[in-house]
Amino acid sequence: MPAPVVAIIGAGQAGFQAAASLRDTGFAGRVVLIGDEPVLPYQRPPLSKSYLAGQSGPDDLWLRPAEFYAKQQIDLVYGDAVAAIDRGQRRLRLTSGIEFSWDHLVLATGAGCRPLAVPGAELDGVLALRTLADADALRQRLNEAREVVVVGAGFIGLEFAAVALASGAIVHIVEVTRQPMGRVVSEPVSRFFTNAHIGWGAEVALGTGVVRILGAGGRVNGVETNDGRRLPADLVLICIGVIPNAELARGAGLAVDDGIVVDEYLVTSDPAISAIGDCANFPTSFAPVRVRLESVQNAVDQGRCVADRLAGRPAPYGKVPWFWSDQGDLKLQIAGITIGHDTSVLRGDPAERNFSVFCFRGRQLVGVESVNRTADHVVARRLLAGDPQLSPELAADESYDLRSHARRLPGR
Amino acid sequence: MPKVTYVHPDGAREVLDVPLGTSVMRAAIVNGVDGIVAECGGEMMCATCHVYVEPDQLDRTPPQSDDEKAMLEFTASERKPNSRLSCQLVATAEFDGLVVYLPETQV
Repeated sequence: MPAPVVAIIGAGQAGFQAAASLRDTGFAGRVVLIGDEPVLPYQRPPLSKSYLAGQSGPDDLWLRPAEFYAKQQIDLVYGDAVAAIDRGQRRLRLTSGIEFSWDHLVLATGAGCRPLAVPGAELDGVLALRTLADADALRQRLNEAREVVVVGAGFIGLEFAAVALASGAIVHIVEVTRQPMGRVVSEPVSRFFTNAHIGWGAEVALGTGVVRILGAGGRVNGVETNDGRRLPADLVLICIGVIPNAELARGAGLAVDDGIVVDEYLVTSDPAISAIGDCANFPTSFAPVRVRLESVQNAVDQGRCVADRLAGRPAPYGKVPWFWSDQGDLKLQIAGITIGHDTSVLRGDPAERNFSVFCFRGRQLVGVESVNRTADHVVARRLLAGDPQLSPELAADESYDLRSHARRLPGR
Repeated sequence: MPKVTYVHPDGAREVLDVPLGTSVMRAAIVNGVDGIVAECGGEMMCATCHVYVEPDQLDRTPPQSDDEKAMLEFTASERKPNSRLSCQLVATAEFDGLVVYLPETQV
């Protein structure tokens, strides 16, 4: 019987990790890793941070050097996309015409930037940020830009805004909701970062939508908002969230609902197909609803989980989610999923730019957001790995030693 | 260029040229040294680039930040007094001849 073939579609952080971990686990079959970008697998987080700021170069981005893939016997195919999946025959076809057969398929297809459906979105100088090519284009434009409009105040938008402000550009941030990063962080942290950006010189318009993007000669020169203002701009970044890349899965008849639907083992509605990373919609004990998380942690840990299963050691996925964002001199670290919390308490002092917000559902700690306060973040990750047994009152009491509390809990 | 020696748990040694300003972690990744995972890419969000610095050479390395000390709680192998996150060991001229020991496991 020939050795089994695992084909992994998507060579981002999740796909890369699944391939590397298959080899770490001693998987003896063939591993094919297919990426549609024309470069080696790389890290995305620096694209909106140090890489964009010119503090790191492409050689700092590669997850591993080219030789790694040969040495690990990972068949890396890049710059070629998957055109179709044939579940019946267990084959897949690339746009170049190459075909592969597989015994297990891992979908690590990631997500793409949500387009802004307004007139003018196609103008030169209106950019998005997801890929290395996007970052290269943006970095070049930023060098020449004087006035920048950032549409969407999520992580990417605010990280970009911080870099643009530091580069000396005039920056307008336009956000349709009243709460920047509101999908991910609590109100106090959102407000703190809004004020930080204002302090760095950004003009922030909340509760404001974009009606159209203005231009002349095919080139952007401004943004018109729904309160009738015209913001001048020679560079516009659209960063209003992502859409999971689920077209292949949908085309193959798999269940899709805000991402590719998987069970607690990260298996899709076809037991021969898994989905991991940004594209996977999975059940979790960390939230009252199914979630789809866009983070390095989620990509890496789900890649490992699938590799372990394929190597014969199945276990449900249950890692503590964590995230980070660098904006100016502020480091935001999040443990757990704070969405849907009903109580929050503060530890530390926002005025000192050193604090954490502990978020609770009822009396249960569900997540902690820390600003320049790594020690709290570390404790939070330990606490959330089981029952935290931490009340809001103790969380808010700075004289209470959280580290000792975490150490007293079983298994941590 | 400073030469840094990476010692694997089985005693095998690899010597790399680490350019000034490059971290001991990044040099290991670029040169394919097994045993450094560097899951977060050097953002001090994980502890998968853990190394043990030759104890009598610790004074050649930059001091530990509070963030690094905090994150070292997550090392998969035992944390020792000479434990460092290699992403924070950014090479200076003093690194020439530095020896770092790779832990049994990073995850």
